[in-house]
Amino acid sequence: MKARVHVMLKNGVLDPQGEAVRHALGALGFEGVKGVRQGKVIELDLQEGASEADVAAMCDKLLANTVIESYTVEIL
Amino acid sequence: MHAAVVVFPGSNCDRDLAVAFEAAGAKVSLVWHKDSNLPDGVDIIGIPGGFSFGDYLRCGAIAANSPICRSVADHAERGGYVLGVCNGFQVLTETGLLPGALLRNAGLKYICQTVGLKTETSNSIYTQGYNAGDVINIPIAHHDGNYFADEDTIARLKGEDRIAFTYTDNPNGARADIAGILSQNRRVLGMMPHPERAADVGHGGTDGQALFRALADGLVTA
Repeated sequence: MKARVHVMLKNGVLDPQGEAVRHALGALGFEGVKGVRQGKVIELDLQEGASEADVAAMCDKLLANTVIESYTVEIL
Repeated sequence: MHAAVVVFPGSNCDRDLAVAFEAAGAKVSLVWHKDSNLPDGVDIIGIPGGFSFGDYLRCGAIAANSPICRSVADHAERGGYVLGVCNGFQVLTETGLLPGALLRNAGLKYICQTVGLKTETSNSIYTQGYNAGDVINIPIAHHDGNYFADEDTIARLKGEDRIAFTYTDNPNGARADIAGILSQNRRVLGMMPHPERAADVGHGGTDGQALFRALADGLVTA
């Protein structure tokens, strides 16, 4: 089975990379982009039987820093 | 004083930190990240600057989960001293020994320059060689030094006099201009600037010497 983890900076944490991308989009003439947030996608190839709770534990321990980041887990 | 300096793949200030400890009179042991035990009789652990594990995933995240860091945490929990500089500060926040996190610099650029640091408290073994309010010149060299913590945490750090150093001219967007913070028991210090790079006349500045000398003085009798 596979799992996909999305890691994003929490709301309220400044994302300077997202801001730089937003400025670049504006410079290219794409109007109306009010905000850009940039995150990470991590795909895990897991043994059968692994649970969503296992993946959440991996996120809490290593894949995300929950001081600044939130995550969602998708089981594929 | 017996200092242990941890070496991760990608550490690049390990020798600088060891030399600064030695110059202050310490016996220094370098400890590899895969070692699970510290040498006997270690008073203080130095977590050096650099790019441990290539900064993969997040700065300091993989180092914080290495075997030696379990021993570093045990040492801190027993009341031992730990100094984390630059990447070492990032490692200490990732282990949870210090609150908050270090984000990408607000200007998105890697910054390498000497900055003014205001000593916020002289109430720690690290800062007792300075007076509160002293401004010292220490180099920074980082891409992710923008200190972040929620408002409650910042208020607690202020209220408990745990902000060790602030930038006089904030270079990276750090909340409350924070350059370095102390743990609740004041024995763990994490700071982005490099005092070990201002510890010898050959460095072009010696404002960091007082930190290492104060440690040596404080730990002689410990």
